[in-house]
Amino acid sequence: MIGIEHYLVVSSILFVMGVLGIFLNRKNVIIILMAIELILLAVNINLVAFSVFLGDLTGQIFAMFVLTVAAGEAAIGLAILVIYFRGRGTIAVDDVNRMKG
Amino acid sequence: MIQLVSFYIFASIVIASAAMVIFARNPVHSVLWLIVAFFNAAGLMVLIGAEFIAMLLVIVYVGAVAVLFLFVVMMLDIDFAELRAGFIKNVPLGLLLAIVLVAELVLGIGAYQAGAVQLGTPEAGVATVSPTVPNIEAIGALLYSKYVFLFETAGLILLVAMVGAIVLTHRRSHNTRGQNISSQVQRRPEDATRNVNQPVGQGIEL
Repeated sequence: MIGIEHYLVVSSILFVMGVLGIFLNRKNVIIILMAIELILLAVNINLVAFSVFLGDLTGQIFAMFVLTVAAGEAAIGLAILVIYFRGRGTIAVDDVNRMKG
Repeated sequence: MIQLVSFYIFASIVIASAAMVIFARNPVHSVLWLIVAFFNAAGLMVLIGAEFIAMLLVIVYVGAVAVLFLFVVMMLDIDFAELRAGFIKNVPLGLLLAIVLVAELVLGIGAYQAGAVQLGTPEAGVATVSPTVPNIEAIGALLYSKYVFLFETAGLILLVAMVGAIVLTHRRSHNTRGQNISSQVQRRPEDATRNVNQPVGQGIEL
């Protein structure tokens, strides 16, 4: 019998995979963005699972908004990536100091 | 039984393809594995009856975000071998962090199984799931009534993201000739044309 624990385990493994991806590919910002998408997917699985198992639809509405923000974030992130590549010719992000921050 | 089998199929494919996303050498392969992961996560959501979010995942992620990633990866001429230089160096720290996170999550789930924390009972006005109403219909009814302002805010966020992405990446090229509306509107007939009394039999002066 599938319980909510199964879904929690899957989503926690997915979340950790995303964090691990960020740490392993610290130079490649494309992979970092994909890892962030994985983390948001884990969050969505959690929201939907709790929504279904507790019988409250609000979680699924919230998952939809998370999806919206994730799509916007991917678009803006990739746009920044494209203009960064145009200016520098590389996307290695571990030595970004263009804004002297 | 078939629920159990399909859950384990979907879950194992999701986790395996997430691992391939972060370990693949070629970012194009990473994007393709990401598509696999999202598709199977949609399967997981269909399994518990959340069809709307599942279809949204397939349409938005597989149809839009993953294709966007593919375009960017293929458009930029990047030396990916150089970018993987620090991969081995980062493994110990990353694995340590991953182990700590897994331990925390295992602790949380174990505590949940020992007995859920009582957070009080849901209120009366909560959006309950009715078994007779389909998932998509119920979400639509909720989205267009109780959460309509949030829904419009989501549209606004997407609009801002779209405008921002266009403004960031748009390059004005110098060899195209656009319209100058004000000079076109200010143009008068006296400046542009002249009347001549053309004699018969002579050529015209241009």
